[in-house]
Amino acid sequence: MPVHSHLKKVLVIGSGPIVIGQAAEFDYSGTQAVKSLIEEGIEVVLVNSNPATIMTDKETAHKVYIEPLTKEFLLKIIHKEKPDGLLPTLGGQTALNLAVKLEEEGHLRRLGVQLLGCRVDTIQKAEDRKLFKNLMIEIGEPVPESRIVNELSEALEFAEEIGYPVIVRPAFTLGGTGGGIAKNRDELIIVGNSGLAASPIQQCLIERSIAGYKEIEYEVIRDSHDNCIIVCNMENIDPVGIHTGDSIVLAPSQTLSDKEYQLLRTSALKIIRSLKIEGGCNVQYALDPNSFNYYVIEVNPRVSRSSALASKATGYPIAKIAAKIAIGKTLDEIINPVTKKTYACFEPALDYVVCKIPRWPFDKFIKANRRLGTQMKATGEVMA
Amino acid sequence: MKRIKLVLENGDEYSGESIGVDIDHSYSLGELVFNTSMTGYQEILSDPSYCDQMVVMTYPLIGNYGVNKDDFESLTPALKGLIVRECPAEGSNWRNEYSLRELLKRFKIPGIAGVDTRELTKKIRNNGVMKAALVPENFNSQNAQAVLSKVIGTDQISRVSTKNPIHFPGSGKRVILIDFGYKKNILRSLLVRGCDVVVVPWNASLELIQSYRPEGIVMSNGPGNPKDVVEVLPVIRELQKRYPMFSICMGHQLFALANGADTEKLKFGHRGGNHPVKDLRLGKVFMSSQNHGYAVTSNSIQNSELEITQININDNTVEGLRHKSLPAFSVQYHPEACPGPEDTGWLFDDFLKTIRN
Repeated sequence: MPVHSHLKKVLVIGSGPIVIGQAAEFDYSGTQAVKSLIEEGIEVVLVNSNPATIMTDKETAHKVYIEPLTKEFLLKIIHKEKPDGLLPTLGGQTALNLAVKLEEEGHLRRLGVQLLGCRVDTIQKAEDRKLFKNLMIEIGEPVPESRIVNELSEALEFAEEIGYPVIVRPAFTLGGTGGGIAKNRDELIIVGNSGLAASPIQQCLIERSIAGYKEIEYEVIRDSHDNCIIVCNMENIDPVGIHTGDSIVLAPSQTLSDKEYQLLRTSALKIIRSLKIEGGCNVQYALDPNSFNYYVIEVNPRVSRSSALASKATGYPIAKIAAKIAIGKTLDEIINPVTKKTYACFEPALDYVVCKIPRWPFDKFIKANRRLGTQMKATGEVMA
Repeated sequence: MKRIKLVLENGDEYSGESIGVDIDHSYSLGELVFNTSMTGYQEILSDPSYCDQMVVMTYPLIGNYGVNKDDFESLTPALKGLIVRECPAEGSNWRNEYSLRELLKRFKIPGIAGVDTRELTKKIRNNGVMKAALVPENFNSQNAQAVLSKVIGTDQISRVSTKNPIHFPGSGKRVILIDFGYKKNILRSLLVRGCDVVVVPWNASLELIQSYRPEGIVMSNGPGNPKDVVEVLPVIRELQKRYPMFSICMGHQLFALANGADTEKLKFGHRGGNHPVKDLRLGKVFMSSQNHGYAVTSNSIQNSELEITQININDNTVEGLRHKSLPAFSVQYHPEACPGPEDTGWLFDDFLKTIRN
């Protein structure tokens, strides 16, 4: 299928300043995506508030705007550049939230800009905890018992019902900011308040804690023809309860038999299909170490920190391929850039094992609480 | 730590740790192949299609999750050796009952660890499949080459096939599963859909099969060269006229030969769980589990009664066929997975639909 031929110029949103949970890995994926679009003959305009990035180099995109990543500036740029499409899926949560706002407020439609690589309803179904839970129940994928709350009192009430410990997951945040595990009422008061404050929509999911379960992630890609592949899976050595960014991670999984691998793979494909994602997606699972029971913990319908790891681990350039899918190409049309003879529609088989170990800044924050939890504290990582 | 040696037909030798049965005064000879699956070693080494083969696993850690009572694809493994980079002494998984090393010893399969499986794989890719032998460490090169000059027989199917029919009762449609070395999950895929299954030997006569009053026929996977069992082709031709038929792997190759097409040996085969198959009717690609050294020759189809329904998008080999007029179809890969992706289990549903109509 030919590239959406009406797309001559695309505006790509970068990920902004380096913060915990959204750091240099997004420069990596953003740069890859920009080059990928240029390969397809598209004129690329890039906006990123962070000049300390490769993607903002003169040689990367055709035109670069180093401006704040806000609705106002985006609108100014769109007015001036008149792009045909907007690609926000390579700039982490920041870019995605921005695009959602522009779309929901009708600006993109008004200005004739096509949202690429994602759909607003998909993003909402993945990020809004209530919609996500409902969708999982609808497709028969298990989620931990939970309740959406907008007030602390609702959280406390629910915890009384299902029992402690519980996990607080704030909606529309990155790196698990503001959330955490609460082992008792006193802890829930602290974490609950911080979670509600951290969420841009004052919403949290209070969930039965499945801390201690195996934490397994899958990186999935889907295109407009519904072709789906798993790029790789990853096993967090640290179980559920420790943020994946703070966990030692191995790719591929090490302690899953083929049955468990396929159980979760089949689930991941079902999820990406139900969300109709066209591009990359990260799905996180909690797998009972003593049975085939599992829960879907989180879905990130975009390139993420894990996809950078998966890309490097497998050599499969997720951001590059996701960008091509966003402009209409299918996996069986996109040439595999490594072999140059086969297509991007395959699942990498590794003949090695990759290990990621986080790096913490506790040498700089001497008095910081070093206890790891659901809120990411690592500022970097090494991979071998 | 006991040592063992792997010797290749081209003279290369690899020394490693013996992780399987002791072969002190003997040897094991097989065709050297590689499999790229990262999980599923229990299913792989118990797949009868590996009869007379030595399997190199490209993934470097094999045995991580141990061995359990459920994941065997047959209860009598037929492979001649397992070659891995590293094999842990213990596995970690809730279903783990004993270690992979223990399994190899119990089933009297020789194994070697500590070899450069990446280099071996590249050799197989470059040279094509070749014979290899696992021999005691003190075997000298002359003796080793003597072993390697032995011919590997052509009777694999008759060795792995059931000797007598076996009935697996069910309340639904009666299906005959012709056993060329079937994998248990093919049977399970039928049983779970309510079928009443009778497994028959590879060379069952038309009369025997008809006596069971089948409503559909499934031809299974199996080891070796399809042209070694041409005596079954006339039976296939008669069966397909009378009953809906679904054939897998070896079955697919025999289905092709029976209908005027040809098969050929691939340079080093397809063995792994990530092979992309495109369905030409649906325009969609599925991931498949594969284990085959032979394939249907694409340009032999035009002179046959068959049409190509699916192809491998990596190398355009034939992955699916359908008879132009009869309700018979086949696939080269393993829709029953085990190990591997479950993307194409719907083929069993299609088969049952064909029976119902």
